[in-house]
Amino acid sequence: MTSRYSYGGDEHIFVECDEAMSLDAFFKSLSITTAIRAAQIKGVTEICPANASFQVKFDPDIIKAEDLKREIQSIEQTVGAGQSLLATRIIEIPVLYNDPWTHETLMRFRDRHQTPDKTDIEYTAAINHLDGVEGFVKAHSGAPWFVSMVGFVAGLPFLYQMVDRPRQIQSPKYLRPRTDTPKLTIGHGGCFGCIYSVRGAGGYQMFGITPMPIYDPNQQIKYLRDFMCLFNPGDIVKWRPIERAEYDEIVADVDAGKFAPKMANVSFSLDAFQKDIDGTNAKLMEALHGH
Amino acid sequence: MAIRIVKPGLSTTVQDLGRPGYYHIGIPISGGMDRFALSVANWLVGNPEDAAVLEATFLGPELEFTSDATVAVAGAELPPKVDGEPRETWTSFNVKKGQTLGFDFLKGGARAYIAVSGGIDVPVVLGSRSTYTLGALGGFQGRKLAAGDELALGAGAGAAEGRTVADKLRRLPGAPTELRMMPGLYWHRITEAAGRYFFEDAWKVAPEADRIGYRFRGGRPLEFVPREPPFGAGSDPSNIVDACYPYGSIQIPGGTEPIVLHRDAVSGGGYFMVGTVISADLDLIGQLQPHAGARFASVTMEQALAARHDRQRLLNEIRDTL
Repeated sequence: MTSRYSYGGDEHIFVECDEAMSLDAFFKSLSITTAIRAAQIKGVTEICPANASFQVKFDPDIIKAEDLKREIQSIEQTVGAGQSLLATRIIEIPVLYNDPWTHETLMRFRDRHQTPDKTDIEYTAAINHLDGVEGFVKAHSGAPWFVSMVGFVAGLPFLYQMVDRPRQIQSPKYLRPRTDTPKLTIGHGGCFGCIYSVRGAGGYQMFGITPMPIYDPNQQIKYLRDFMCLFNPGDIVKWRPIERAEYDEIVADVDAGKFAPKMANVSFSLDAFQKDIDGTNAKLMEALHGH
Repeated sequence: MAIRIVKPGLSTTVQDLGRPGYYHIGIPISGGMDRFALSVANWLVGNPEDAAVLEATFLGPELEFTSDATVAVAGAELPPKVDGEPRETWTSFNVKKGQTLGFDFLKGGARAYIAVSGGIDVPVVLGSRSTYTLGALGGFQGRKLAAGDELALGAGAGAAEGRTVADKLRRLPGAPTELRMMPGLYWHRITEAAGRYFFEDAWKVAPEADRIGYRFRGGRPLEFVPREPPFGAGSDPSNIVDACYPYGSIQIPGGTEPIVLHRDAVSGGGYFMVGTVISADLDLIGQLQPHAGARFASVTMEQALAARHDRQRLLNEIRDTL
């Protein structure tokens, strides 16, 4: 995996760790950007890890592009193939699949979708050879997902399913993007899941909705008081399917300031994961449930 | 000390020089699209260059003052009027308590920066007073202004009336505008011929042009170098594994209409980019109206830095004369 460096105008260095998505490429991006952050290089103003690449914004009046590039390259050498060990947390996200709000929206934009006669879940289940909606929910919520990037809009996590490639759910984006997506929609495009943090345009397939806000610019929601965005790159997410009654209950609890997301600190080893995917995921689940 | 919004204009927001440091979680820098004009407007009224001002797009607001203040309007040619009496742009003037600041129709450019002595005093959120409307963050309640809003003003000594910027020091885009860009990022995805067309063709600003990004139309569609799609990228030749988008980066979904991301940029996504408009020319994009003509010109890092220094020298010259 050789990284490709390019300047994004006079203020950015863009580094592609790999053209294709993989956990290796993501770990490389995350470990290099973590090391750049720790190096506290003068003139660097933004350090943005992404799925299989990263970007550093700098002030060329303070540091020359070529000097910064050299520093990043030397950090890349030191970090090497990456610390494959990550201290992070696992967060449980309740999901109402097939909810009325995304259903209303997907019906409204059916002319922009691949299949006018199927819902997004039915379509994605079919092209991934899953057994209908039920089989889809099982596959989607069965294993945890990595937050491999936060962005597009404020606090929106891109999620990478922690299973081997043949089991990863894949789906194209809408043929033409929608002009509307309900807030907190669980979406999917390519191999990536996401949670739409705010209402707005979008092109990902829509599978469900979570009652749990992940972005609060007013910082009124209890668990978002310290910071307005819930997610950081490297977090691990586990979906939990819920029914409508529990959805309503959680919405009320959030409003009343009584809801706290279920989460646990975990350490994740990429090597261990690649040797035994299901075993590593089972241990993550034990940590989440406090065993 | 406040101003009351009688009419909000088309899209008027509170902006300063922006909110760096949170792009990695999707919160863009925001701030004035034309930072050159924003800084100059502030200096004209005796403010620090990064004080919060109003950015008015295409159509000016109507503002009632509850105290005396010095005002200056820079950037777009949006002629100010105090109680109906015309005032000059790029020039400081006084507004007395009870008077109303209005505007004539736009004569050139797209965004006017209305600086008021003391600055607009909205709460500082993550280090800035700028409005990021997509995230409902900062500015006045995270949104564009509406009739009836009341904006507090900070304390400021103000400045003398009639301070002005010489014509030759005012910076506005030419027609057609040349946007200098550094090819890079995923430039290798298009063929050599497509690369030539991109610079040869005349482009026009599309109606979809806002603080997030400016879309351009009119050039020939670009042809891609064939490839096997990398895992996770998507099947369209313009797709990449979702990556970060630099400010000023030029993405071309489907190879047809280039979009230049601006101060409220979406921080990342799955479209390839052919390069990045240089920092010195981002101000100019903020002054382009829909249907305005533009061409892209290829420059090197050295030329980009020279342009950056020219812009800074011009700013310094204005600051030193005021």
